[in-house]
Amino acid sequence: MSDGTTDTNRGGGLSFWVVGGILLVVMPLLNLLPPEDSWFHLSDFSLNRFGKFLAFAILALGLDLIWGYTGILSLGQGVFFGLGAYCMGMHMMLTIGKESVYGSDMPDFMVWNQVKELPLFWKPFYSFPAAVIGALLVPMAFALVFGFFAFRSRIKGVYFAIITQALALAAWLVFNRNDTNLGGTNGLTDFKQVIGYRLSEPGTQRVLYIVTVVCLGASYLLCRWIIRSRAGRVLVAVRDSEKRVVFSGYTPPNYKLFVFVVSAGLAGLAGLLYAPQVGIITPAQIGVLPSLEMVIWVAVGGRGSLAGAVLGAVSVNYGRSVLTNYFPELWPFMLGGLFVLVVLLFPDGMVGMIRKGKDLLTRRKASEERPIVPNQKIVVPEGKR
Amino acid sequence: MAEPSSFQNSIIYLDGVTVDYDGFKALNRLTFMVDYKELRVVIGPNGAGKTTLLDVICGKTKPAAGRVVFGQDTELIGKHADEIVKLGIGRKFQAPSIYGNLTVWENLDLSLKRSSKGVFSTLFGKSTAEERARIEENLETIGLKDYAHTRAGSLSHGQKQWLEIGMVILQDPSLLLVDEPVAGMTDKETEQTGQLLQSLAEKHAIIVIEHDMEFVRQIARIVTVLHEGTVICEGTVEKVQADARVREIYLGRQKVAH
Repeated sequence: MSDGTTDTNRGGGLSFWVVGGILLVVMPLLNLLPPEDSWFHLSDFSLNRFGKFLAFAILALGLDLIWGYTGILSLGQGVFFGLGAYCMGMHMMLTIGKESVYGSDMPDFMVWNQVKELPLFWKPFYSFPAAVIGALLVPMAFALVFGFFAFRSRIKGVYFAIITQALALAAWLVFNRNDTNLGGTNGLTDFKQVIGYRLSEPGTQRVLYIVTVVCLGASYLLCRWIIRSRAGRVLVAVRDSEKRVVFSGYTPPNYKLFVFVVSAGLAGLAGLLYAPQVGIITPAQIGVLPSLEMVIWVAVGGRGSLAGAVLGAVSVNYGRSVLTNYFPELWPFMLGGLFVLVVLLFPDGMVGMIRKGKDLLTRRKASEERPIVPNQKIVVPEGKR
Repeated sequence: MAEPSSFQNSIIYLDGVTVDYDGFKALNRLTFMVDYKELRVVIGPNGAGKTTLLDVICGKTKPAAGRVVFGQDTELIGKHADEIVKLGIGRKFQAPSIYGNLTVWENLDLSLKRSSKGVFSTLFGKSTAEERARIEENLETIGLKDYAHTRAGSLSHGQKQWLEIGMVILQDPSLLLVDEPVAGMTDKETEQTGQLLQSLAEKHAIIVIEHDMEFVRQIARIVTVLHEGTVICEGTVEKVQADARVREIYLGRQKVAH
């Protein structure tokens, strides 16, 4: 197992089912079965909060695919997340109906802004299937067009990071405007129901949690399938030596575009699941800062490892939600500090640390049993003997 | 130097090629040819135009004048680098360029010549038994059989060079361009590289650029000496070493450098 940073290529079958079982069965049961005063009881709030983290984990998988494996840093993932969340949010705004504050069929903010008629681009979102498909396809289509021009122009490395950051800023500005008709600074909120189920019911939230777990599992399997295919190895090859990839007859821009579009789709899916569970989506979730935070999740968890991306997204967000309770002003500094610490000391993140710990243990064991005999997993390069 | 009558047998034929870098002539009306299944070594002091010669052949540099003919009648000037790769000219770079985070096997598998290298065919494609056999055979040739599942980044410098040679061979080139393969290698690795190149010369034409005279003596049949962008001498190692101009220009200068 110690022969590469692309370790998630191999193994991980058993732990996938164990973790999946815990998330899918044990967590909802802990919420349902034990009495509320029991030690084992998981509150509705905690389960719902955990569902949000798992939605973020889906986004982290996509970001890991493009950044961890292909080496392309995208600082615009928040935009794709936002597009997904807004698609779902628009549908839920339209299903509020007469329950809204102003009792109009139109969303409240439109009444407030004196918009007389529902804008045309809102109309498809009356349909739930259209909203779900839109939440996936709109970010992917956007990434396809943006990526096509960026990669065809051979924009690489830090330049790609900068233009995607500019994209995040631009999207934030557009979504903040009232005349975009997407709720301006306040975003979309006050959702009541989704396909007839009340969002305020714990049962609905429990189902949303389970749907999120299933989507995360499917996304994980999709990413693992890509990574294990020959195309996945081309992605790593592009990161290692793009020149050699060209001279082996591949066209790197096509591979980059593919992985960018997949990561945008996963970000959209994350947004789609986020909106009904959190109950609000505003431009503050899609700008430069949230996009940067997403990169930190992956860095902390361990880039180039799918499990690491999931672990990073869940643990950083859990840390955030605990720490902002106690030290709200300090959180940005802690997050920044964490990032610096990881980059300087643990470039392979939490997964890298776990792996190192394991290696250390097995090596110690091996040397206790058979002193002097070199560890066979380590290839001593001939030239360095 | 090359007679027009004999270029019918050549795999690569450069005729009066000039490369001009703002007045500095990296190649100056160079005429040069290599036969099928020949192992040719090109030597010369720094700035003689050796790497430029390879750049012209593989489409990286456009000459200001002259012709470059591949095989019977394929004109290479004006073709893109990737087209030239597909015609069957493989290039091994001076610094090893391999995929450090993939295993040796995966490195070779990606380099193997396949009908399509698009995203979807690599996403769904599976290796055939024939392809696996070719990779096995290649591992044997480059001496990395025991390292098939080792991460390429942890190989020694010499092994990385062999791996890249193996990767280029799997593209089925009829002409192999190899730029300073033994720079930085140990004596033993240098010798093994020489054997490797000699065995490859049975199937491919190879042009090797080299500085290491010991190595040149080991592998060379015919040596071409470049100086200031033109061929000043061509022949066996003995003939070249006995040539007064070569001694003066190349060997003499190397002594000064030491």
